[in-house]
Amino acid sequence: MSAPSRRGVALEAALRARRDAGAKLLVTYVTGGLTPDWVDYLQVMVEAGADAVEVGLPFSDPILDGPTIQEASARALALGTTPTGVLGALAGREQPVPLVVMTYYNLVFRAGLERFAGRLVEAGVTGAIVPDIPLEESGPWEQAAAAAGVAAVLLAAPVTPDDRLAELCRRSRGFLYGVNLMGVTGERSSLSGSAAALARRMKAHTDLPVVMGFGISTPEQAAAAASDADGVVVASALVRAVLDGASVAEIGDRVGALRAALDRG
Amino acid sequence: MTTTTGRAAGMGQPTATGRFGEFGGRYVPEALVPACAEVEEAFRAAWADPAFVGRYHDLLRDYAGRPTPVTECARLSEELGVRVLLKREDLTHTGSHKINNVIGQGLLTVAMGKRRVIAETGAGQHGVATATAAALLGLSCTVYMGELDMARQELNVFRMRLLGADVVAVRSGSRTLKDAVNEAMRAWVSEVDTTHYCLGSVMGPHPYPWMVRELQRVIGDEAREQCRALLGGTDPDVVVACVGGGSNAAGTFAGFVSGSARLVGVEAAGGSAVGRGVPGVLHGMRSLLLQDETGQIKEAESISAGLDYPGIGPEHAYLAGTGRAEYAAAGDDEVLDALQLLARTEGIIPALEPAHALAWLARSARDGSVPAGSTVLLTMSGRGDKDAEAVMGILGGSAARP
Ligand SMILES: Cc1ncc(COP(=O)(O)O)c(C=O)c1O
Repeated sequence: MSAPSRRGVALEAALRARRDAGAKLLVTYVTGGLTPDWVDYLQVMVEAGADAVEVGLPFSDPILDGPTIQEASARALALGTTPTGVLGALAGREQPVPLVVMTYYNLVFRAGLERFAGRLVEAGVTGAIVPDIPLEESGPWEQAAAAAGVAAVLLAAPVTPDDRLAELCRRSRGFLYGVNLMGVTGERSSLSGSAAALARRMKAHTDLPVVMGFGISTPEQAAAAASDADGVVVASALVRAVLDGASVAEIGDRVGALRAALDRG
Repeated sequence: MTTTTGRAAGMGQPTATGRFGEFGGRYVPEALVPACAEVEEAFRAAWADPAFVGRYHDLLRDYAGRPTPVTECARLSEELGVRVLLKREDLTHTGSHKINNVIGQGLLTVAMGKRRVIAETGAGQHGVATATAAALLGLSCTVYMGELDMARQELNVFRMRLLGADVVAVRSGSRTLKDAVNEAMRAWVSEVDTTHYCLGSVMGPHPYPWMVRELQRVIGDEAREQCRALLGGTDPDVVVACVGGGSNAAGTFAGFVSGSARLVGVEAAGGSAVGRGVPGVLHGMRSLLLQDETGQIKEAESISAGLDYPGIGPEHAYLAGTGRAEYAAAGDDEVLDALQLLARTEGIIPALEPAHALAWLARSARDGSVPAGSTVLLTMSGRGDKDAEAVMGILGGSAARP
């Protein structure tokens, strides 16, 4: 086995530094392999002010994703996208911000936990979000990720009781992901009513960066969702635009608008 | 009687985290953890409560028509050279074993103070059963069903709607059972406060594989007593059932696992998770799954919508590993032959799913791997009405093979 090359920007340190400098964090998402030039979308997100980028490794059965990311995953898979292909593309270009993969546990499990974590490191990926394993099942993955130097990001939901929230805060690495609503990913016309309460509970429990996601679509929603937290993830709204044919420059403009809204506060 | 008792070989409770050996568990998003825990707690309490268990058995008797008989198949036995006994789940109300599970989960829904159920369905039998229990208990009901299955099982779609359920077409992925489960889980996350997910087989996150097996064990418990009465106090040599997720097989095996009968589960050849699957995680459970080398789930392919599933319940994966049960597969052609064989020798038209168990039995009796003179109990999990149109489409007017 070749020694991991240890590139990539450490997730937690980068996000803490930005937060402590007074910025609201912007994390954007692109489905790996969605189009042949998908890395250009990632690149423009970084240039337009994303503080970290989530890269989806498409899975055949994404149970926590709504129609938009389902469609993107299916399209990427139909193009022959594999985890190896996506990670290989990432390894080809060094980025100035942390990269985080988002995927489902079977892809991790099938590869083998240690081997999967090692591949992330080789690709310069420093964090991973695996939303279909709760605390009771995520221990082995957390250990494998930690051993490889990958931050295993855990997710809290509106129904998470305080004792579980404390445990999530203790075990999450990189940041703590707050799922805004009881539901799947996807664009929404308004921000979930449960978002602010969850964000405040998370902030009260931890000093880790607290980032909210699911359903955040517009710059106004991003600013509102970030007000009780340290930042936001915007995924489906950007993926929808790509699916509808948005150019790289247009995605750059959208991310720029999100950045500006967060900076205005 | 040789016994292989003890927890390792039997079908007791899973571990506290819902494991059967390495399989099982609760691989769900954080948002569903409290709901799964609530179902577990509620079922544990209900199953220990004589009033709940009494009400469940009363409804199975007075509404669903239990106990179902065991039928001695004289002409088929003569044809195959083995003594065939059928456990007649096809005679229950709604026409398949699925009713046992939904009566239990319907009562549990009421006990949890919820007024609504959702379900996935493949062949439509679980959907029809859920819609039926919902009507009986005054619950609202939505059933998720793959678009392909809706076309294959049009009659069941109509039955569900007649029973007052909403049927939602699932257009993602392979548009079959696996995608219907995905969609039901997505829906559950957004309405978990008010809604119980009435899963239809021994699959999914803990406690479902255990709970559904317990709600189906009435099949095996009855059959054991009925067989002993017929067979002078002994168990059959072979106990066989078809396996989609594996609920009719698990319920049947539960009655015989502590004895010495050979236990056989029969999957569809195009959905054989034990034969061609590898360990993985899907739909909340760790089990054997059809998947490619990167972990993408493969689409199962079968003439039978109810067996068209790329996985298998985790307890079956475990029983396959310990060797206490064995798993075989049957292909579409031999299944159609077996269906016609039973129709013409016994006057019983089986559903395509249990026709898989029959196909295995016919093959094994003919090649001697089930020795002549053996006694075999086969769970006839459902009746063939729902498949008549599809089978007619395949066999045409020539449903008169030699
Ligand atoms: C008649 C019948 N048998 C068997 C099955 C397969 O389910 P299981 O393996 O859970 O018994 C179905 C599923 O739809 C069915 O309708």
